[in-house]
Amino acid sequence: MKKLMTGNEAIARGAYEAGVRYASAYPGTPSTEILENTALYKDNIIAEWASNEKVALETAIGASMAGARALAAMKHVGVNVAADPLFTFAYTGVYGGLVLVSADEPGQHSSQNEQDNRNYAKAAKIPMLEPSDSREAKEFTKIAFDISEKFDAPVLLRMTTRVCHSKGIVECNDREEREIIPYKKEIGKFVVVPAVARKLRVKVEERQKKLLEFSNTTELNFIEWNNTRVGVIASGICFSYAKEVFGDTVSYLKIGFSQPLPTEKIKEFCSKVDKVYVIEENDPYIEEQVKMLGFNCLGKDVFPSYGEMLPEVIRKSVFGETLPTLNYDEKEVVPRPPVLCAGCPHRGLFHQLGKRKNVMVSGDIGCYSLAFAEPYNAMDQNICMGASISVGHGAQKIFDTVDDNKMRVVSVLGDSTFFHTGINSLINVAYNRSNTVNVILDNRITGMTGHQENPGSGYTLQGAKTEELSIETIVRALGFKNVAVINPNDLTAVKNALDWALSLDEPSVIITRWPCALKKFSPEDKAEFKDAFTDKFAVDKDKCIGCKACTKTGCPAISYNKEIKKSIIDYNSCVGCTVCSQVCPVKAIGKVER
Amino acid sequence: MAKSILLVGVGGQGTILASKLLTTGLMEAGYDVKMSEIHGMSQRGGSVSSQVRYGEKVESPVIELGGADILISFEKMEALRWLNYLKPDGKVVVNDLEIGSMPILSGKADYPKNAAEILEGYAKTMVISASDEAEKLGNPKVMNIILLGAIIKAMGLEEINWDKILRENIKEKLVEINLKALEAGMNLV
Repeated sequence: MKKLMTGNEAIARGAYEAGVRYASAYPGTPSTEILENTALYKDNIIAEWASNEKVALETAIGASMAGARALAAMKHVGVNVAADPLFTFAYTGVYGGLVLVSADEPGQHSSQNEQDNRNYAKAAKIPMLEPSDSREAKEFTKIAFDISEKFDAPVLLRMTTRVCHSKGIVECNDREEREIIPYKKEIGKFVVVPAVARKLRVKVEERQKKLLEFSNTTELNFIEWNNTRVGVIASGICFSYAKEVFGDTVSYLKIGFSQPLPTEKIKEFCSKVDKVYVIEENDPYIEEQVKMLGFNCLGKDVFPSYGEMLPEVIRKSVFGETLPTLNYDEKEVVPRPPVLCAGCPHRGLFHQLGKRKNVMVSGDIGCYSLAFAEPYNAMDQNICMGASISVGHGAQKIFDTVDDNKMRVVSVLGDSTFFHTGINSLINVAYNRSNTVNVILDNRITGMTGHQENPGSGYTLQGAKTEELSIETIVRALGFKNVAVINPNDLTAVKNALDWALSLDEPSVIITRWPCALKKFSPEDKAEFKDAFTDKFAVDKDKCIGCKACTKTGCPAISYNKEIKKSIIDYNSCVGCTVCSQVCPVKAIGKVER
Repeated sequence: MAKSILLVGVGGQGTILASKLLTTGLMEAGYDVKMSEIHGMSQRGGSVSSQVRYGEKVESPVIELGGADILISFEKMEALRWLNYLKPDGKVVVNDLEIGSMPILSGKADYPKNAAEILEGYAKTMVISASDEAEKLGNPKVMNIILLGAIIKAMGLEEINWDKILRENIKEKLVEINLKALEAGMNLV
């Protein structure tokens, strides 16, 4: 049967058809939908949200050791977290095939960096595949499991945003059921004490030779001969873009299997064409190999070193101009940056936090990263998942060594980010004693990636009720004596909690507990937050003095009308969080009686 | 040659469902189809696009700058933002709706004056009141299906069995109003 699928859906389908029995991931754009779709094959695959990417890969490794095919998926920066198990599992090899999906983000649509994870496959000396579209995403996933078992190695399936989130037509096949390989204790393979690991190290090099031979012979790497004046070498989405721009006017070396690169095919191709373009996003991964083989090619000296190699970018780089456009000067267009939604429970905290002087707000990765911007100006930095608390700790330690220091650190992160790696950082604060204020924004869900369950939400990926981890209990167990749980929509409670925490000379934790305004409520949410998001608020025009205090809450339901010099609340957008009514100095905002 | 339909709007306006129905219909009509969207942070009230391409064979899932045959904008300023993606002889269908972005809402910037006239100055533009039509039908949310109807008419895709596509992809109790919305959209163009 033919279906339109995103690349992420196609990977899930490929895993299903390949007989996968276990899959784990931590959500992250653009990879999230891989596990969401894998989870739909409930009868055949155990699919789980892990607490972080390292855990996701490790659980998949366990499933492989126990004899099943297993998949782990994550965004590119997630592989940094999972790199520790990856580099050693690359030595031991697998029982059941294991595929690690890395979803890279050229263009940084929703990411903090643009790292090229093809370097991971090269550094770990593991096979790598790069699909160009949804059809290949499904096929390559299946092939990756065969390669994993044939060459006894985990396989990196390298996706990029446009392959993950583009749809194409995919032919669906039946699942090929695979028996679980009976468990076998094999310490010479899996116990990586130095005496064993040194032997495995030798095997890795032998495997690399076999993989090179495979790379040169597999149809995953193929040449499409057209005219030989110009040749294009490309992998992944760049191959689709190149075909769009050049059609059949050039010859192609299409690389689907890219670690190791097919040196013989590259030599054959480069020796027969007059001019070679290497088109790739992120690093000059292929280009460097071509040049090492002694061929001239045009790569990063023609194409940009960063961003997406979209068709217009290729066209401009090669032909000097894009397709003709209407040449509209976009000066009239006002930016439309993403904003905290109406009713977002982060609003109350950042509205208050932005007013504080002599405070470094140590931020993290989530919707709340938007607090850096107007009107909150309530975030000084953010680095990576879980870093708020540990970066904040290091900063506070140094601030405290400065004479007459007034600087205090408030570290903020979300519930899922806390479970991800923030918990480790908080252990460090408890152990090394800084007087940081640590705020856990518990909106009862993993928000930014589109509402995934997490260890604090009480449900699993496949919908089962599970133990709901209490952040407060965890924090107290870590040894924190100063813990407050507040409703972040109550601005007085927020202010008092910050005053209290900042007055302490020991570490504290504030947990703001209120659900994301977009969350689908569980029965437990309905009981706990029974009146949430049921009211509507409006501005009394006669009372409004046009001071704009309400617009400084950054709520997209509120607009300021310059002509009448009054604020207006959009009835359909308002969800009744009450924050604007609390900041209005003349009590002009009130509940709409219905 | 592949045809390119660019749907743009503001996060939450329903561009994703409209493009899903559109691509499903195109696939069932036998075309090769690719579609591209960006998920993630931009969905939080930001500028969003769904890029649909169809033909005998489609390579890039992304519409090139200057490559769209038609630009369907669910909001007026977004049409301006994406205007350079249109072919110089391409068509614009724009919903007569203004949604202020944060700099506008907070009074720091002004919504572009005469957005529709600016569009008309550059390209063949049709302004339609999809939001008002949706209100008339009794459900503001079917605005996206009205715009889908406009796309279908503007691109000459009426032959595809949209009735079947909608019935198979929309909750049963919402099918009738969406079918009406589709027809209303086709009549607006």
